[in-house]
Amino acid sequence: MTAPLLSTRGLSKSFGGLEAVRDVDFDLPEGQIRALIGPNGAGKSTFVGMICGRIPASRGDVRFAGRDITDLAAHRRIGLGMAYSFQITSIFARLSLHENVALAVRRALAQPHPAAVDQRVAAVLDRVGLAGRAYQTAGELSYGHQRLLEIAMGLGQTPRLFILDEPTQGLAESEVETFKALIRTLGGETTILLIEHNMRVVMETAEYITVLDGGRRLAEGTPAEIRADASVQRAYLGSGSP
Amino acid sequence: MSPPAGESPHWPAVGRTPRFRSPLLHAGIILGLIVIHFILPEYHNGNLARIMVLAVYAMGYNILFGYTGLLSLGHALFFAAGMYGLGLPMHLLGATPAPAFLGGLATALVVSAVIGFLALRTSGVAFMIVTLMFAQAGFLTVLLFGEYTRGDEGFVIQQAARQVAGIDLTDPSNRYFAALTLFGVCLLLIAWLVQTPFGRCLVAIRENEERARLLGYDVLAHKLGAVIISGTMSGAAGAAYALLFGYAGATFASVQYSILPLLWVLLGGAGTTIGPFIGTVFMFYLIDLASGVTSAYMLIAGLALVLLTIFAPQGLAGELRRRLMSWLP
Repeated sequence: MTAPLLSTRGLSKSFGGLEAVRDVDFDLPEGQIRALIGPNGAGKSTFVGMICGRIPASRGDVRFAGRDITDLAAHRRIGLGMAYSFQITSIFARLSLHENVALAVRRALAQPHPAAVDQRVAAVLDRVGLAGRAYQTAGELSYGHQRLLEIAMGLGQTPRLFILDEPTQGLAESEVETFKALIRTLGGETTILLIEHNMRVVMETAEYITVLDGGRRLAEGTPAEIRADASVQRAYLGSGSP
Repeated sequence: MSPPAGESPHWPAVGRTPRFRSPLLHAGIILGLIVIHFILPEYHNGNLARIMVLAVYAMGYNILFGYTGLLSLGHALFFAAGMYGLGLPMHLLGATPAPAFLGGLATALVVSAVIGFLALRTSGVAFMIVTLMFAQAGFLTVLLFGEYTRGDEGFVIQQAARQVAGIDLTDPSNRYFAALTLFGVCLLLIAWLVQTPFGRCLVAIRENEERARLLGYDVLAHKLGAVIISGTMSGAAGAAYALLFGYAGATFASVQYSILPLLWVLLGGAGTTIGPFIGTVFMFYLIDLASGVTSAYMLIAGLALVLLTIFAPQGLAGELRRRLMSWLP
């Protein structure tokens, strides 16, 4: 068996007296679409924050692409091939869509020649369906389009691991459908770690699911297994949406 | 193909507008300044030489404030580092202008690297205060070593010393073209810099620092680079000022000279290549004209500044970009 692209061992985070994440062991093989679910306050965002380096871990370690990245600064981790899409939309609101994506592309290309950057930006915007708006100011886009731009910036980085933090939050039903289709097409090219509240999105896109509860790893399995898991139902599914 | 009106009002639509427009604009300004020299009376030529040197200071300031979004209140330290880095060797050791100018640049570079390294541990208001304090310390240092710097009184660099390769820099026309050469080099340098991936990243940091970091950019290294480029260019202006106008004094290290480039850049348009020059010209002549009318000239200048801030909050070049020229770099 090949080594997983991403793995954590005993990863923990305490804020003062509160243990937000406790001893999580986690393995993500290359190419998989993995969902990370759990009730509010389960520690999902803290957990991925420690993976991409936004939040320093209190204990434990993170390995990515064969190396220990626990002590690496966020921008260095991104440089190794991670992309992180923010839960709360974080774009360059006063810049054009083109420049938003170009900033991502330039960092990822070894030789950021303007023509090569333009070409890649156009391809990425086309992929998320924003090609016609390349020279609009990002802040003027509708909320749904801003979420798509956020994804486009991640794609522009051509990541090996793409972390999506609640990408469908606040989207309309039709937009969620577009989004699901996009995730499925990405599956073949990159590894995806998807934090998601919308159970339908999770069940229809994820190949494998990890459930966090109270900062601990509660369960792991295929969508069907998770659906059938009694402890998960008690902790999460039973209390909320089916 | 030009972008449709109303798009990207805050930032030029790079990638769509023809790439020759920006070089054309900057070459045009430099050419205009050559032509105008032969038209203007001597009084205005003298003013313009001074303005161009001060505009270099403003352009240096703009790299940090306008493009990177870091508000420094201590740039007089860098201006003075260049001024004394050139002035003291000439005054005390009899150095010739060319190596002394390099000395001014090197002093400003080292000072800005050290200040940047220390001050960038802070951000926001703390950064403003830390830079202000460092500049005050620099000002007091100039006074403390009054034996050499002659403190407030300053020292004159004699006409005989201000000769480069047989060119007398005290001659008004030579002085004008020396100032224009420095101005032109710095303007083209900035026009080029802001189009490079480094320059675009500075803008990204200004707009959304956390996002820039999570696109993989080393934010601290870019900010440090911006402080060093900004400080060194400000030092070049300080060195040129001492060399061309033959005087170095502690006033140029005072807090007033930290505030002035901020005003010039705000008036002219922060984050535009031509804004600092426009702002410097505007304020220089505003004070010049107002002082001809009344002794309370700062009152008139102040009123004009307030009005401009209300009606053109993005500065003159910022308004130009918003209304007419969305491609303005």
